[in-house]
Amino acid sequence: MSLEIKTSNLEPIRHTYANIARRFGDKPATRYQEATYDAQGTANSHYRPLWNPDKTLNDENYTIIQMEDWYDLKDPRQFYYGAYVQDRARLQDTAEGSYKFFEKRDLVENLGEDVIDAVTFGLLPLRHVEQTANLNYMYGAAYGYGTAITQACLYAGMDRLGMAQYLSRIGLLIDGNSSDSLTQAKNYWMDDEAWQGIRALCEHTLIIKDWFELFIAQSLVMDTFIHVVHYQHLDEWLVENNGRDVAMLTEFMQDCFKDITGWSNSTIKIVVAESDDNKQNCQRWLDKWQEKVVTAYRPLIEKMFSEEQVLIALDDIQTQLAKRCKTVGLSVQTAA
Amino acid sequence: MSKVYLALQDNDMSHYIVQAVEEDNPEVTVIYQPAMIRMECEGKLVVNRATVEEKIGREWEIQELQLSLVTLGGNVEEEEDSLTLSWNQ
Repeated sequence: MSLEIKTSNLEPIRHTYANIARRFGDKPATRYQEATYDAQGTANSHYRPLWNPDKTLNDENYTIIQMEDWYDLKDPRQFYYGAYVQDRARLQDTAEGSYKFFEKRDLVENLGEDVIDAVTFGLLPLRHVEQTANLNYMYGAAYGYGTAITQACLYAGMDRLGMAQYLSRIGLLIDGNSSDSLTQAKNYWMDDEAWQGIRALCEHTLIIKDWFELFIAQSLVMDTFIHVVHYQHLDEWLVENNGRDVAMLTEFMQDCFKDITGWSNSTIKIVVAESDDNKQNCQRWLDKWQEKVVTAYRPLIEKMFSEEQVLIALDDIQTQLAKRCKTVGLSVQTAA
Repeated sequence: MSKVYLALQDNDMSHYIVQAVEEDNPEVTVIYQPAMIRMECEGKLVVNRATVEEKIGREWEIQELQLSLVTLGGNVEEEEDSLTLSWNQ
C-alpha cells in the first residue's frame, strides 16, 4: 500500500499587529518593531498629572524639540527588553569572570600604593557621577515621547547603574571588602576641591527641565568627558604604573560606553537632521554644556595628571567631542 | 535562466537578513512559508555583511548566516564581506 502525504499551505490571516502593518505593510515584523512602534499610549488618558496640569501624561512638549514622528528615533541596536537583557547578560558574564579571576589570583597584590591611591581618587568617586547619569537617563525614560526613545533611555539608565555597581566592586576588591576605599572616595567626592566642580555639575543636570537638553548634556558632553578622562587617560596612566590589571575590571564600562555612544549619536543625528529649529536648539545646548563641563572637569584633570598630560588629555577630549559632534551634525566651540 | 534561492528559518534574526537582501537585490522574491522564509532571484543573489550590520545594529559575520540557514541553491562564493549565490552562465 502506498501512502501519500498531502501538505497544504495555510496563509496566516495577518502577519503582525495592525499598528505595525500600517507602518511597514502586512509582512512578518521583527520583535523590535512589534515591541516598540506605537506601544506608548497617545489618547484617552483621562486625567492630567496633578503636579503638572498643563501637560498630559505622555506629552510631546516636555522638550522644545519637535519631531514629525517620534518613532523616527529608532535604536540602531534594536534593543527591546529581551534583546537588551540577553546582550547585557553576555557582557556581565564576561565581567563576572574577570572579577572572579582578579580575586582568585589576588591581583590586587600587584598594585602599588600609588595605583591604589589613583584608583581611589580618580575612579571610585565616579560611581556618584554614574548614579547621576542613571537618574538623567531615567528622566528621559519618564518624560520622553514614544517608546523608541523612552525604552532606550531606560536601558541606558540601567547600564549606568550597572557601571556604578561595578565601580563599587572595584573599591571592595582593593580594600579587602572593608569598604574603606569607598568611604575615602565618598570623602573625596564631598570635600576634595578637585571634585567639587563635577559634583556641582551633577546636581545642576538633575534640575534640567527639558529632557532633550539633558540628553545632550549627559550623553554627548558629559559621557565623552567621563570616557576620555577615566577610561582612556587614567587607563593609560595605570598601564604605565604597573596597574594594567585594573583594565580587567573596567572592560564592562568600556563596552557599555561604546554601545551607548553608538545609540545616542544616532538619536541626536536624527533629531538634528529633522529641522533647523531642532538643530539650533541642540547647538545652543551643546555650547552651553560644553563650557560648563570643561570648567567643571578642569581641576580634576589637573589634579589627576602631570602637567604635560593635562594638555594632552584636554586636547584629546576636544578632538573626540568634535568627532562625535561632526557625526551628529553639530559643531564644537574651538577655543576651549 | 534558473533561479538561485536561499531559505532561512523564520526567526527574529532572519528578518534582518531578509531586509538586507531585499535592499541589495531589488528583484528578489520573498516567500513566507511555514517556519521558513525563501528568497528567490534570477541569476544572482547577494548577502552583504555591511547591509545586515546596518539593519541589525551590531557587528555580524557572514558565517552567522549558517545559524538560520535551511537550504540554498546556486554556486556559493563566500567572502569576508559578502555571500553570493549565482549560476554559471
